[in-house]
Amino acid sequence: MAVITRGFGGRRRDDADLPPGQYRTDDFPVLSAGPTPRIGLDEWELAVVTETGERSTWSWAEFTALPADEPTVDIHCVTRWSKFGTSWRGVSVDTLLADVDTAAEYVVAHSYGGYTTNIPLEGLLDGQAWVAYEFDGAPLAPVHGGPARLLVPHLYFWKSAKWLRALELRLDDEPGFWETAGYHNDGDPWREQRYLED
Amino acid sequence: MPTTNVGADDPPWVDGNALAGPLGEIMGTDLTVAELTCAGCRMTRPLAAMRVFDRAPGLVARCPGCEDVVMRLVRTADRALVDLRGSLVVSIPVPIT
Repeated sequence: MAVITRGFGGRRRDDADLPPGQYRTDDFPVLSAGPTPRIGLDEWELAVVTETGERSTWSWAEFTALPADEPTVDIHCVTRWSKFGTSWRGVSVDTLLADVDTAAEYVVAHSYGGYTTNIPLEGLLDGQAWVAYEFDGAPLAPVHGGPARLLVPHLYFWKSAKWLRALELRLDDEPGFWETAGYHNDGDPWREQRYLED
Repeated sequence: MPTTNVGADDPPWVDGNALAGPLGEIMGTDLTVAELTCAGCRMTRPLAAMRVFDRAPGLVARCPGCEDVVMRLVRTADRALVDLRGSLVVSIPVPIT
């Protein structure tokens, strides 16, 4: 499935396509709250854990054999840069959860290195989110979250956890790394939900 | 002299002196001379010795020994939040009376 964001496909992109308070960059800035975890593909594993503790896991070979999408999406960082038309390859969260039995309403994404972020489950479904492992036609670089990162382009990019290790399905909401330190629980760039008081 | 890994093939960090300005503004005192006991490895070090990742949505200070987070500092539109859950003790020198 290809995802073409609004405005993509010939029309020149301009500031009207930017969420409030954002500026456009053509770079891909690296923001990081810590050292880059180095995860060998032979030891890499992705897990989905339900609220009852049931685990589904994929090795790298199993994960990259799943049906993949190639979304082209705009991304928006809470530090105010936005980047238009980024191209990715990854597995949709719908695919990862297709055979998972859950009553959960919330998800905590866990990263290698200890980072966490929380997202309502409905914000990850229906083609809104992927676990991406290629950027611009090349393997995702470690500084950008490789081997694989969450990609949730409709939320500020801190929700797109780098170095994804697990998706924990929960009945209750559990604020993550930045959400417990002053950032907004939801992080919708179009509503400019940057900080907890927004 | 400040230490840093800027230029290395890794996310840049600077030393804890980078916290002097933001913390001083909030607290009204120089906390870089404070000592923090890391909740991860329990080593006690000056805040200035911590590694601060400043190219992020906030300032994140990590223990140079075990890399656990010892302090997070976030400026919102009208507040400053200092999260110290990664530090067991914050020891601050005071004038001898």
